[in-house]
Amino acid sequence: MHITQGTFSYLPEFTDDEIRAQVQYAIDNDWAIAVEFTDDPHPRNIYWEMWALPMFDVSDAAGAMLEVDACREAYPDHYVRVTAYDPRYHRQTTALSFIVQRPKEEPGFHLERQEVHDRVVRYTLRSYAANDPEGQRYGRG
Amino acid sequence: MSGDKAKSDERWAAGVQPYASMGYWNEDYDPKDTDILAAFRITPQEGVDPKEAAAAVAGESSTATWTVVWTDRLTAHEQYMAKAYQLDKVPGTDQYIARIAYDIDLFEEGSIANLTSSIIGNVFGFKPLKALRLEDMRIPTHYVKTFPGPPHGIVVEREYLNKYGRPLLGATVKPKLGLSARMYGRVVYEALKGGLDFTKDDENINSQPFMRWRDRFLFSMEGVNKAQAATGEIKGHYLNVTAASMEQMYERAEFAKELGSVVIMQDLTVGYTAMQSMSHWARANGVLLHLHRAGHGTYTRQKTHGVSFRVISKWCRLIGVDHIHAGTVVGKLEGDPATTAGFYDTLRLNHIPENPANGIFFDQYWASLAGVMPVASGGIHAGQMHQLLHYLGEDVVLQFGGGTIGHPMGIAAGATANRVATEAMIKARNEGRDFLKEGDEILRKAAKKCKPLEVAIDTWGDITFDYASTDAPDVTPTPTSA
Repeated sequence: MHITQGTFSYLPEFTDDEIRAQVQYAIDNDWAIAVEFTDDPHPRNIYWEMWALPMFDVSDAAGAMLEVDACREAYPDHYVRVTAYDPRYHRQTTALSFIVQRPKEEPGFHLERQEVHDRVVRYTLRSYAANDPEGQRYGRG
Repeated sequence: MSGDKAKSDERWAAGVQPYASMGYWNEDYDPKDTDILAAFRITPQEGVDPKEAAAAVAGESSTATWTVVWTDRLTAHEQYMAKAYQLDKVPGTDQYIARIAYDIDLFEEGSIANLTSSIIGNVFGFKPLKALRLEDMRIPTHYVKTFPGPPHGIVVEREYLNKYGRPLLGATVKPKLGLSARMYGRVVYEALKGGLDFTKDDENINSQPFMRWRDRFLFSMEGVNKAQAATGEIKGHYLNVTAASMEQMYERAEFAKELGSVVIMQDLTVGYTAMQSMSHWARANGVLLHLHRAGHGTYTRQKTHGVSFRVISKWCRLIGVDHIHAGTVVGKLEGDPATTAGFYDTLRLNHIPENPANGIFFDQYWASLAGVMPVASGGIHAGQMHQLLHYLGEDVVLQFGGGTIGHPMGIAAGATANRVATEAMIKARNEGRDFLKEGDEILRKAAKKCKPLEVAIDTWGDITFDYASTDAPDVTPTPTSA
């Protein structure tokens, strides 16, 4: 299983140079860069943990890459993503969001079907990894 | 004499008078900020004075009838009369663009049915005109603010779906008629699992003998949920709730919500009032609302008669839909690039400056009314990704029906080809590549690591739909040398 959240999940994993190019594009657009991590890949888990505050004033991708590296080092078995936030009037939302590290094993999701009435089924998605407590889901991270 | 204002005794004499001399032509009129403005393309009959034709349009779309009525004098009639205030000949044709101002008091707040009953109510059958087309409208902020607009809009849709930085991808289930519900859900599952964000009911899938709506909803949602589990992404299927009555539409929408669908759809054929009702429902229930513009080609396509789609775009943004089909430029359906850019700007931006080159006649300020996500659908394929991104941008749903389901390796492979092509093109654009020029090369390179994309390009790479447009702007920009 390979979760396909994020802008570039159908391309081969990015090299650091490829990540840097995307970060530079975001900086050139005046978007704030943030690094986030999680071990709960549920598609409705919106709030991944923030690795420090978003970088509003960074002018060079190299600075942001230091934070990406530091987060990946601290959480080597978590999902890590880079997001770029566009604060412009009438936008004020995330402009780009892509995964830059994923766990070695992604066990995927169980689809729970609860049969209710008249052929109606209630569906619930549960990550197999989330059976374990937070912080103990994908190895040591 | 037409064009001059009649003296009071002449103005109120019983009988028929030129519209212009009754005051419906007034070139000194300075439109108020609160006025609703309209630009009409008028083709007068032979021998009809164009000013009188413009005045007649103003008259017939506001207070006038064919003869003088003394009861006008019981009202502040000058307030309620629409005024044709500008007339420009379209070079090289027998057509004129007339600009007409309507006082805001002529229209009920928040009602597209009322607005359209005036502006396009009687006047299009008027005998002194050979043809008439409503080209554009300026909706003043005062009137915009009486409409709730899209139930969610582009920003909220992306945050709801957790998808950023690229066009969203969809496919209409094909064949559009005849599949049983069980096999229909199979197409939904395969396409979503392969990498699309949405699948879609077609406009004419409602509740027919071969597949009743409730069965389709149940099987489609099984496909949606199974694909979510397979990818860890949020997926949706536009469940078409179009039906013969509002009661049935609400019943279907409620059932879609009960099943957890993130999106429903309706057809333009249900009418403006039904669309406004569904818009309220969609906001109240947190369900995205897709609109299929079924039937619009009957009145939007011909340049001299009907209503331009840029006006329909404005009405639909006011009515409040989250998605609307707005053209592909490169696909199988009508779409001049400049005209289509005008539609996309109208739907997505907060302020659209007057821009004759794109067919935009007036400045339009939306006062933060949410943007509508345009949908490009009809004869597009992965091999056109660079052109699609160039013409349509990032906030768009690209819908590949045949281009997904007709893939030689299967539906999921077709979906993967489209997703890989999209991501590869966005990546290249962000890296600063000249993606329009280098598009083929970018796709070929991505295809080296993605067999489905390679097969898609080999199958459809040279398919184009290159026909002259019937709906292009009058103004063509003069190319400037570098």
